[in-house]
Amino acid sequence: MLYALCFLLFMVGLYGVLVKRNLIKIIISLIIMESAVNVFIVMVGYRKDGIAPILNKTMQHQELVQRAVDPVPQALVLTAIVIGLGVTAMTIAIAMRLYERFGTYDIQEIKRLKG
Amino acid sequence: MQIIPLFVAIPLGVAFFIPMVARKRPRVADTLANLTTLALFLMAISVIGKNGVYWMGGWGPFKHVPLGINLVLDGVSVFMLITIALISFLVTIYSIQYMDKFTAKARFYALFLLMLAGMNGVALTGDLFNLYVFLEIASIASYALVAFGCEHEELEASFKYLVLGSVGSTLILFGVAITYAMTGNLNMAQVSSIIGGELKPIHLFVVALFISGFGLKAALIPFHAWLPDAHPSAPAPISAMLSGVLIKTIGVYAMARVMFNVIGITPLTSYVLMVLGTVSMVVGVLLAMGQDDIKRFLAYSSISQVGYVVLAVGIGTRFAIAAGLFHLINHAVFKSLLFLNSGAIEYATGTRDLNKMGRLREKMPVTSTTSFIGSMAIAGIPPFSGFWSKLFIIIAAVQAERYGFAAWAAGVSVLTLAAFMRLQRRAFFGERHEAYDSAKEVPGTMQASMVGLAILCIVMGFLWLPQARETFLIPAAKVLQEGLNYASNILGM
Repeated sequence: MLYALCFLLFMVGLYGVLVKRNLIKIIISLIIMESAVNVFIVMVGYRKDGIAPILNKTMQHQELVQRAVDPVPQALVLTAIVIGLGVTAMTIAIAMRLYERFGTYDIQEIKRLKG
Repeated sequence: MQIIPLFVAIPLGVAFFIPMVARKRPRVADTLANLTTLALFLMAISVIGKNGVYWMGGWGPFKHVPLGINLVLDGVSVFMLITIALISFLVTIYSIQYMDKFTAKARFYALFLLMLAGMNGVALTGDLFNLYVFLEIASIASYALVAFGCEHEELEASFKYLVLGSVGSTLILFGVAITYAMTGNLNMAQVSSIIGGELKPIHLFVVALFISGFGLKAALIPFHAWLPDAHPSAPAPISAMLSGVLIKTIGVYAMARVMFNVIGITPLTSYVLMVLGTVSMVVGVLLAMGQDDIKRFLAYSSISQVGYVVLAVGIGTRFAIAAGLFHLINHAVFKSLLFLNSGAIEYATGTRDLNKMGRLREKMPVTSTTSFIGSMAIAGIPPFSGFWSKLFIIIAAVQAERYGFAAWAAGVSVLTLAAFMRLQRRAFFGERHEAYDSAKEVPGTMQASMVGLAILCIVMGFLWLPQARETFLIPAAKVLQEGLNYASNILGM
């Protein structure tokens, strides 16, 4: 169920990228797509009533393995967020430069390239 | 194998270093960048025929189960490293004088080397998530490089490229996440030994995600919209890198690696690859025919030539894959040469419009001759390298009893010849136009790089001689063709 919602969110983002004309709305749609994937990765590692994957002195290895959530997706999602930040910053910088040049955010008016 | 991580570390370190020391001194930046690419080229030559695995941070496999991230050096990786290093070395020589008209040279080299680090990483990595990270490093650097001139067209092209490229990356990341959910592992070797070539419906979904994600990066036909804008808008050395190497490394190579070695090729995926390749091949060359902008013409022709490589890899026999890889390195050489020629014309005359050129042969003999060699090589005229690789792709298709695909490949070759004859006639022969008067030959280093690539266009044909083939092409094809044996090779080491 949650996975389906996640996929739906992904599709919302993809729809926005394909259909919207405003540069800022396209950027927001890209961010929605990225977030959908990030949420999916976190859910992969989720376990009901799980504990943080930290081994302390009172705990046995076996207990940790049985109860802790999977730490790998958390590491992955951190990296993915940082990469997403880089891409978003780049996109916004280019969108700002485009606005300086063309005086508009409408992609229908920004078209010098043809063919 | 302590040399493996240096392929990523050296360009990454120099990319960080150049803007700090050479911001006001462009000659220092030139020297550093050229030395770096030369060093990478020599290192790539030195690892021919070697295999090895490097475990990052010393986290090796525990009872044959991998724990950390690994870099893998095998036949295909070596092949890609050499292609990347060769083209980037000649392109940095060309950039010395071409990039003088831009101001921020140190930043140009920084982004260039960042892209190089990303591509080398993609070629070497043995971990799915790491593949995504390196892919994004290369992509982000290339988005910035396309927008490098900061004019209207460049920004527009870069935005288009950025949006479609990010969608592609997101699809790939989604595929990686589902793979992790299925197998609980990200190491390519371990994942492939868990999946074991047996495809359930969820695997098909992953295959679809990867094909569309990497297809967007490789600009195969239904996903190609960004390429004819992005490649012409970048500065000429970057156009040469993007068309010559980037779309192949992060598109075709990454797709082939994941399809063959991680998920395992099935008749269905191999058929999809062949159809995608053939469609790109045919539509790319047809779209190229009508272009008046010389770089846009070359960009469409790149789509068509990458179609050949994907078709050959899709056929999937060892001979076909070797022929496809042979075409991949040949195309990297002659397409970079043609893009550098178009850059030379733009440098000398200030225009890319074929209608304004004509008779440039008299004013620019070196550019004209090298461009003629490049055109003949891409069109597949006998002594040049393109002829051999196209011939072997067609033979491989016939051997695999794919007669229809073989016929399409032969037909597209004829169309390519027609398209490039038109380019030659309008730019270098034919009537004089306004660009003729201002044209003059380009400076020395630009000539040197073009002549070097033109010589390679002829020499590359010898790669198919038995000895060269056995040390270089066949080991590369063998790794892909043996598919899931990849797992036992890596984990056994």
